[in-house]
Amino acid sequence: MADRAQPVSTRWGLGAAALVAALIFGTLVAVAMRAEEGSGLSSSDWAALRFTLVQAVLSAAISVGLAIPVARALARRRFKGRQVLITLMGAPFILPVIVAILGLLEVFGRAGWVSAGLGLIGLPPVRIYGLHGVVLAHVFFNLPLATRLILQGWQEIPAERFRLAAQLGFGARAMLWRIEVPMLRRVVPGVLAVIFAICMTSFAVALTLGGGPKATTVELAIYQAFRFDFDLGRAALLSGVQLVLTGGAALLALRAATGAGFGGGQDRMVHRWDGRGRGARALDFSSIALGAAFLLLPLTAVVLSGLKGLSDLPIQVFSSALISVGVALVSMVLTLLLALPMAVAVALGRDKIGEAAGILGLAASPLVIGTGLFIIIFPFANPTTLALPVTALVNAVMALPFAVRILVPRARQVVVQYTRLSLSLGMVGWPFIRRVLLPRMRAQIGFTAGLAAALSMGDLGVIALFADPEVATLPLQVFRLMGSYQTDAAAGAALILLVLSMGIFWALDRGGRWHAEA
Amino acid sequence: MKYLFIAAGILSAQAVAAETPELTVYTYDSFVADWGPGPQVEAAFEATCGCDLKLIGVEDGAALLARVRLEGVRSEADVVLGLDTNLTTAAAATGLFAEHSVEAEYDLPVAWDDPVFVPFDWGYFAFVHNADVTAPANFRALAESDAKIVIQDPRSSTPGLGLLLWVKAAYGEDAPEVWEGLSDNVVTVTKGWSEAYGLFLEGEADMVLSYTTSPAYHLIAEDDPTKAAAVFDEGNYMQVEVAAKLAATDQPELADQFLAFMVSDAFQSIIPTTNWMYPAVTPAGGLPDGFDTLAQPGKALLLTADEAALARDAALDEWLTALSQ
Repeated sequence: MADRAQPVSTRWGLGAAALVAALIFGTLVAVAMRAEEGSGLSSSDWAALRFTLVQAVLSAAISVGLAIPVARALARRRFKGRQVLITLMGAPFILPVIVAILGLLEVFGRAGWVSAGLGLIGLPPVRIYGLHGVVLAHVFFNLPLATRLILQGWQEIPAERFRLAAQLGFGARAMLWRIEVPMLRRVVPGVLAVIFAICMTSFAVALTLGGGPKATTVELAIYQAFRFDFDLGRAALLSGVQLVLTGGAALLALRAATGAGFGGGQDRMVHRWDGRGRGARALDFSSIALGAAFLLLPLTAVVLSGLKGLSDLPIQVFSSALISVGVALVSMVLTLLLALPMAVAVALGRDKIGEAAGILGLAASPLVIGTGLFIIIFPFANPTTLALPVTALVNAVMALPFAVRILVPRARQVVVQYTRLSLSLGMVGWPFIRRVLLPRMRAQIGFTAGLAAALSMGDLGVIALFADPEVATLPLQVFRLMGSYQTDAAAGAALILLVLSMGIFWALDRGGRWHAEA
Repeated sequence: MKYLFIAAGILSAQAVAAETPELTVYTYDSFVADWGPGPQVEAAFEATCGCDLKLIGVEDGAALLARVRLEGVRSEADVVLGLDTNLTTAAAATGLFAEHSVEAEYDLPVAWDDPVFVPFDWGYFAFVHNADVTAPANFRALAESDAKIVIQDPRSSTPGLGLLLWVKAAYGEDAPEVWEGLSDNVVTVTKGWSEAYGLFLEGEADMVLSYTTSPAYHLIAEDDPTKAAAVFDEGNYMQVEVAAKLAATDQPELADQFLAFMVSDAFQSIIPTTNWMYPAVTPAGGLPDGFDTLAQPGKALLLTADEAALARDAALDEWLTALSQ
């Protein structure tokens, strides 16, 4: 399809994809080439691989399964505080892992609120540790993301379709089969692929809530190869296996994403006439209430313990907060610079390349990327002085899969709808981007920017590999406080991190939300 | 692009300081934290050396060694501070480290005559619990009790590896059986010390693997006497933290001077209330108030560096087998 006339070139997008692929494979190769002696995969590595796959499949399936009714309810209903709720629900995703785990345990742990409640009526405490605990935590982290991505699918159905459906007198069934299921068939596979990829590289969550070495993931095996055995060859091999599995799953999922889409609309405000029955309202109400409770209770626990620690925060926390905001904003800009051209390229028909490169950012082991970059940079410069730029870049690559998922559907719509008109008006290249594409993607760009910045804020990432005592990010500072017994201060710093991340996310996301709102 | 300015600032500051010699010390991350020993150590050494001491933090001991191995002879580090005896055999085998010239009267429970590695602090591993409960007296009693413990994974954590070698040193061939007995006491295994200790403070377990010096933090820094460490009658395993000079250093005299400073009072008196470990050489002023209240194990266990290196892989397999059932 490359020979068809197109309003913008796919060159930039392919270039960005190539850059990402180069970073991911380049670092992998760099690690492999530094390997001295090495061993192949052991039987415990295969066990780790099995466990990783099982928990990732379960986590992705359950996250998406639960997200569909919540997203549907949020798409159908308008109520006070809806936007605040949607923003708050995104919080688990951007918290440093250990903070989120502690919040989760305060609710579901052996000494948590649920266990205490059970104790009141004479029941034993919940047993959180095990495969179900791992899946619970991953659902906690990923349900909000899945909900937002699927909700976006609903919001991208042009208002005209709902109007037509109402005129034709669609009942609940017709609505489901004519509009909602086709949308889900297009959107859900990609969401599944992203969450599967995130869970594939899980390490601390899986180990802590898995209750022991049964819950060893590939990422832990990579860590072991680096730290315990200093076997770089095996680390690279394991990371390669991880990439192939995740990449393969992603391609399968994307191939399964079918359907022609709904075409364009005239960007009218969405108005819904369906779902007014008592049953539908009860269903939506309980979906939202349960989803919100599941996500907001642990968050409340994080906030409560954070408030206690606010009084004894060391001053360095605030300079770290500034540094983190700087890194997050740079990372956000990098994410958009990479993701927008890639999304356009995908929309113009170069789908597989762009989407695969996008997913790889999640499939790659952060430890391998960090170490690989270290090996590559070391001969030329002192990696420590580059700690912050490298962190911003790696965070951007990690945010890319989400960015591509968010941007592609809308970019496709715009391209389908406006290509002929723009070509006939001679609006190609920059004028097309500025006058047609970007204004229509405002909502998605805002969401992407917010997510990329917030993700970067919360990620401990590669900074620990390169750390310079003078420039610590806020997550690193939280971790340092925890590592020196100052648990309360760490909780306070985590609260500041949470508030800052949510603030940035909210501000950026809001910038583009105009069209979604009634 | 704010960070570029910061980076530029650091670079130009370095250019100005180029006349004063610079000593680069790689250490673990918690050492360089603002509330760790780093800032005080830096000020005290710079007051005497006429040099610029640069402390670079790298996660933990294992990451530190991996970093030095990655950089090889071209490393900018002159001294590496923060390995422990479980890592020193592997570290010495790289050939990257040089012999030291330090002589000191160490206050360690074991004799020390390593030609390459100089100890700077040490501690006993112990299970920390709330002071109002009676702790079991040894691993077998722990296994028979229904006390719940949180431990660290030996593959990713230094204390986790310490526990593995503790059981090995105390029970030898019976270690697998002890681990099987413990498996129903283990609530969960975490990536590192911070996660495990956080879980314990949240009330997820009755005891957590930490150090006998941990209650000192709560007592001295938080005025909280409610934490205690359990002394086991088979002995408590030790961790001895060491530093060494790199063979390829461009500042060999300064590096020697730093290692000598490290076992002096100025450095050693900083350690107890910043790193929360025992100093390798007790400073003239003695230990801070509160350290006298700490549990004193009757017996110190420590495999030599070579024994630890030999025992490690088999002990890990036993641990994995026992806890994966």
